[in-house]
Amino acid sequence: MLKPHRQKPRRTVGDWILLIAVILVAALVAVPFLIILVNSFKSPTDYANGGPLSLPSSIYTDGIANFWQRVNFPEKLWNSFFISGTVAVFAVIVSVFNAYAIGIGRVKGRVWVLVLFMIANTLPQEAMLYPLYFMFKQVGLYDNVWSVIIIFTVVQSAFGTYLLSAVFGTFPKEIIEAASLDGASRWQILRRVVVPISRPTLSVLLIFFFIWTWNEFLIPLTFLVSNANQTVPVAITALQGDRLMDVTTTSASALLGLIPTLIFFLIFQRTLTRGITAGSTK
Amino acid sequence: MATLPPASVSARKLRAPEMSLLPGVRKRGFWLYLIPGLVLFTIIILVPLIWNIYLSFTSYRGIRPPEWIGLDNWIKLMGDDKFWVSFQNSVAMIVAMVVVPTLLGLVLAALLFDLVGKKFGGKFASFLRATYYLPQILPVAIAAIVIGWILRPENGALNTILDAVGLGALQHNWLGSPDTALLSVMVVMVWVQIGYPVVIFMAALQRVDPELYEAAELDGANWFQRFTAITVSIIRPEIYVVVLTATIAALKVFGPIYALTRGGPGDSTIVPSYYSYSEFFQSQQVGYGATIATALTVVIVALTIIFILAQNRAERLENER
Repeated sequence: MLKPHRQKPRRTVGDWILLIAVILVAALVAVPFLIILVNSFKSPTDYANGGPLSLPSSIYTDGIANFWQRVNFPEKLWNSFFISGTVAVFAVIVSVFNAYAIGIGRVKGRVWVLVLFMIANTLPQEAMLYPLYFMFKQVGLYDNVWSVIIIFTVVQSAFGTYLLSAVFGTFPKEIIEAASLDGASRWQILRRVVVPISRPTLSVLLIFFFIWTWNEFLIPLTFLVSNANQTVPVAITALQGDRLMDVTTTSASALLGLIPTLIFFLIFQRTLTRGITAGSTK
Repeated sequence: MATLPPASVSARKLRAPEMSLLPGVRKRGFWLYLIPGLVLFTIIILVPLIWNIYLSFTSYRGIRPPEWIGLDNWIKLMGDDKFWVSFQNSVAMIVAMVVVPTLLGLVLAALLFDLVGKKFGGKFASFLRATYYLPQILPVAIAAIVIGWILRPENGALNTILDAVGLGALQHNWLGSPDTALLSVMVVMVWVQIGYPVVIFMAALQRVDPELYEAAELDGANWFQRFTAITVSIIRPEIYVVVLTATIAALKVFGPIYALTRGGPGDSTIVPSYYSYSEFFQSQQVGYGATIATALTVVIVALTIIFILAQNRAERLENER
């Protein structure tokens, strides 16, 4: 069959104009990142003389170093890392258990349980905030990273249950039937058959839960009041407008805040873009 | 594996309504696996949610026990100008996070898919898509700080640039004046949100059959006609999803407001979630804060239900056609 315009793309003037337009939009999106990057390596005088768009006259790292020490950045990184990592693991485990009962066990009332989890996904955190604050104060976990870990394990697993139940519901029957007739118990089938086979989906969930928890703000802000417990976004936000922060140190603070997530994005880019589209059907 | 065929026959015979996917295993035993999840869910979500609704009917300052005052908080809420302003600002957030990104996202996704991907290479299209998506990966409070830094009043990047190009008269305290603060926050949210619809729509466009396009082209349809008649109608499910999830996100905005303006100057950038937060922890008006939070929850849940019903209706109509 003859399809002339498939052979070689013919680029018209209009095509080039549209191309420039989409590139301009991309540049507009990227410019704030570049401005922050450039100005984080300037001294305040360099900034005052050269303005925000010039390249640094000499590489100045005092702003970054000052902020790094003032917030004790390694400590904040560790807090964020510990909270997000623990939540990711726990939330995947809880999601797997829930989804095993719903998707494969087909327990009675599963539709209602799923509706419950789905509604929970849309609730604003403010609707639980004060009672949670009160409860965790009562049990002595206020200002303790475990309060945040417990809350986000539940919040993330509400989404995980919803997604995994659908995945498990279409699990190849022959495989579990074969295992079951070989005498495997419910637990063994979960452990040795279902989890290994759905490992790709589980690792996508793990990465998502990690990054989502890393980016959370309201609950860590409310529950982690002392400096030593704060996460990266909360600690950086807390110092904005501080009298001791000069202009380029503030820029450096934004840079330190965006670097970790930028690294995650570069590592997991493929998984993330695939996952966003999978998540869009939630 | 040799035992499989007869086994599955017997399994089919065994499967009764109370059976799970596992042959011969009853559903009831699976409840055990649901217990940890349901217990946690009850303690962390259900109980606090109901408790919060209860608090909305009380006067409670966080120290002495809550005191039942019936509908007083709700009556106060209906006449509270600050509350209505906060919802108006939520509408502005919806414009910034739903309307603008969805429309712009549709055009960008179609251009990347149709034009850039086909005529300038798929790699380049993916690169542009990743660039649009970049702000989405940031913690939203950090994204706000990035833009906030550029909008600084004294020696800020935007003001310095305006001065340098001879537009010094346009210099402004962008986040500090009531007339531009909300607009500045909206700019942050557009920047954050733009990549989300682009990524989802581009994935959805894979479903569009190129033959349809060619047929329409032969029939003399121009690009815009093809875009509205074919593209938009085929990716409609994704448009619904983007609009729904982004609307919910817009109603929940908190981090950027906390990081940039704390609702000010005056009440010009206050949003419901920040209003309830400040009632909880700054004014210590816990009962009233709970009322605002409950009102926000009602709006979100109602919107979700309306959206889902509308989507189902649209799908039904589509199938009937």
